[in-house]
Amino acid sequence: MHRALLHVSRRAQAVRNLASTVEGDAFRLNEYSSKYLGHRKAAFTEKLEIINADDTPAIPIYRVTNAVGDVIDKSQDPNFDEPTAIKMYKTMTQLNIMDRILYDSQRQGRISFYMTSFGEEGNHVGSAAALESHDLIYGQYREAGVLLWRGYSMENFMNQCYGNADDLGKGRQMPMHFGAKERNFVTISSPLTTQLPQAVGSAYAFKQQKDNQRIVVVYFGDGAASEGDAHAAFNFAATLKCPIIFFCRNNGYAISTPTSEQYGGDGIAGKGPAYGLHTIRVDGNDLLAVYNATKEARRVALTNRPVLIEAMTYRLGHHSTSDDSTAYRSAEEVETWGDKDHPITRFNKYITERGWWNEEKEKDWQKEVKKRVLTEFSAAEKRKKAHYHDLFDDVYDELPLRLRRQRDELDAHIKEYKEHYPMDGLKETHH
Amino acid sequence: MSCRAVSVLSKCRISQQQIRGKAHFTFQPSQTLPAALQSMEKTKMNLMQSVNEAMRIAMETDDSAVLFGEDVAFGGVFRCSLDLQKKFGKDRVFNTPLCEQGIAGFGIGVAAAGATAIAEIQFGDYIFPAYDQLVNEAAKFRYRSGNQFDCGKLTVRTTWGAVGHGALYHSQSPEANFTHTPGLKLVVPRGPIQAKGLLLSCIRDPNPCIFFEPKILYRLAAEDVPTGDYTIPLGQAETVRTGKDLTLVAWGTQVHVALEAAQMAKDKLSADVEVIDLQTIQPWDEDHVVESVQKTGRLIVTHEAPISSGFGAEIASTVQKRCFLNLESPIERVAGFDTPFPHVHEPFYLPTVHRVFDAIKKSVNY
Repeated sequence: MHRALLHVSRRAQAVRNLASTVEGDAFRLNEYSSKYLGHRKAAFTEKLEIINADDTPAIPIYRVTNAVGDVIDKSQDPNFDEPTAIKMYKTMTQLNIMDRILYDSQRQGRISFYMTSFGEEGNHVGSAAALESHDLIYGQYREAGVLLWRGYSMENFMNQCYGNADDLGKGRQMPMHFGAKERNFVTISSPLTTQLPQAVGSAYAFKQQKDNQRIVVVYFGDGAASEGDAHAAFNFAATLKCPIIFFCRNNGYAISTPTSEQYGGDGIAGKGPAYGLHTIRVDGNDLLAVYNATKEARRVALTNRPVLIEAMTYRLGHHSTSDDSTAYRSAEEVETWGDKDHPITRFNKYITERGWWNEEKEKDWQKEVKKRVLTEFSAAEKRKKAHYHDLFDDVYDELPLRLRRQRDELDAHIKEYKEHYPMDGLKETHH
Repeated sequence: MSCRAVSVLSKCRISQQQIRGKAHFTFQPSQTLPAALQSMEKTKMNLMQSVNEAMRIAMETDDSAVLFGEDVAFGGVFRCSLDLQKKFGKDRVFNTPLCEQGIAGFGIGVAAAGATAIAEIQFGDYIFPAYDQLVNEAAKFRYRSGNQFDCGKLTVRTTWGAVGHGALYHSQSPEANFTHTPGLKLVVPRGPIQAKGLLLSCIRDPNPCIFFEPKILYRLAAEDVPTGDYTIPLGQAETVRTGKDLTLVAWGTQVHVALEAAQMAKDKLSADVEVIDLQTIQPWDEDHVVESVQKTGRLIVTHEAPISSGFGAEIASTVQKRCFLNLESPIERVAGFDTPFPHVHEPFYLPTVHRVFDAIKKSVNY
């Protein structure tokens, strides 16, 4: 009681000591600005108003070409040279052809699972091309085009999908869970959004290095942005000022859940400024726009200011081979998107208009890729899977004694019951 | 640019060996029904349909019940909530944003406010973002408030177990991660009949429950399921095969592996193996298991999850204490190895019929 009274009298004294209320306001505004609000200029208002979230305007969608592929403002044309543009086009179409064949192969029961990138080829290649090869990438699972751009070979893809002994991931994961250390692409993990805070950590470690020239790019979908890890990652990146690009592929659906049931507010980009992330929303089916946006975002990120890119696109395929999207969206919706706005069609116009591409080249290229995919596919199919001992490797850097004993038990068991195990497809020896 | 798959693969030689193999077990429909269910009308249902039926009945008999999770509106990725939104409307059956911690926390709140919450986590492997909400919140809500508040009306359904090609993150059986948390009830059904009765019990039980559904059984397991409203009590095991020589305890898919191994032991070793389906993993029916081991003198526990700290360890130590003088051989556990769940080597990882059979052989010959 006595203490409380003392407080009150001290407070009264303090008020008397201030020269005026204006000075008190200035003090508080300065405190709020510098300590609470990230140096944004704080202000008082006597107008009672709850901000109406529905009234905030949508962040515009940056584009270079229109839906047919014409460059709208010439100043925005990145002016690719012919080899670069052709490599971009070839990567997109190669991905599309590979997707069609592997999707089909899963339908025939030859690989266990597959996910296509139909309709998202433009955001893969446009973003990947704007990065340096030493930038580290964390993917979600629908970024095969990024790996293709980085030179991950057709053979690598097929080996991974078959899980044979030559798979860089040793056949441990489901198809689509690619990863390649030498391509600076961290191995995919199925649990969603776990890669986001990890990417921020890697970016922080890069920042700590002298004369850092590397950034981290982390891909994720509109659904993944709902996980708690997304909040953690945005907040960490902003407060720890990390050289990172958050690249959101907003393709309208998380399996069956439309974006209208995924978030309120102005999409994924709308969250960016609130977290303190530099932000751009881009036409994800416009390769040129994605390229420009990523290039500029990389420049900003390298100054330790994290950037969020929301690429607006549409998932033309099913979520995966385990999904039939006709159960929750109309065939008409899918067809309309495919007809009215396809990243490959749009970029095809760009290179055709410049005289770098024509129908004959297209035909030859399609034929060549199909042949290569099928050749690599059947080669991967024939390759043996690793010896079953591989199951026990890499749990730790070295095999612990307890696990070694479990392996010995399995050896003894297999020796006696060999005919009940699928030994044929396995290598006979372990490295 | 069409996204339609073009059949160019016919040019490739199909190697039969590469075609995905069949399941590692054979589903064995229940032979006998509990007395109360025998007179009920029955209809052939698979596990997905019986789960759907249980939820339909739960929502019909409880106006407060809501069903939610990722993709449940269109019927769920495993089709368990098929047509329920049509029947009960968008306010009672709805999609949530993609966030397991959100689903669990939201479910706790729904239940704490007195409504019935049926939450779906799409894969048991993805329940871990919800771990904090389930372990620190749901499990302790009653205890910490001195029983002023509880979230007993919460049931979390999630898929569980091996499917043949699910690899690390579509195969795990995380029940033991939750048995270490007092306050949660954990259930794993072995087939459609039990799934329906046990799920209705979970939904109506005044404690938070996690109901693990063996996803490989959704379509593969079909049997004659009573069509009415019925429950199967929680906390009770069921003897699914009687025997005098050895007790074999399992739950979920592994019950079918155990039954097959027991038959093999009968054929090849003339051993009578008693198979117990634990059904409720927490709180488990220890008297039921102990009584069986007092009779047989031998115990094997088998589960898909890794052996170390699996629930088999808890059963083994309890039985060892209570049946010490009855035991004729060491208690054995046949389980997954202490590795992540592999992809191409799944047939070597699983506690197969032959591994269970071999353990029976060693135990009876001890």
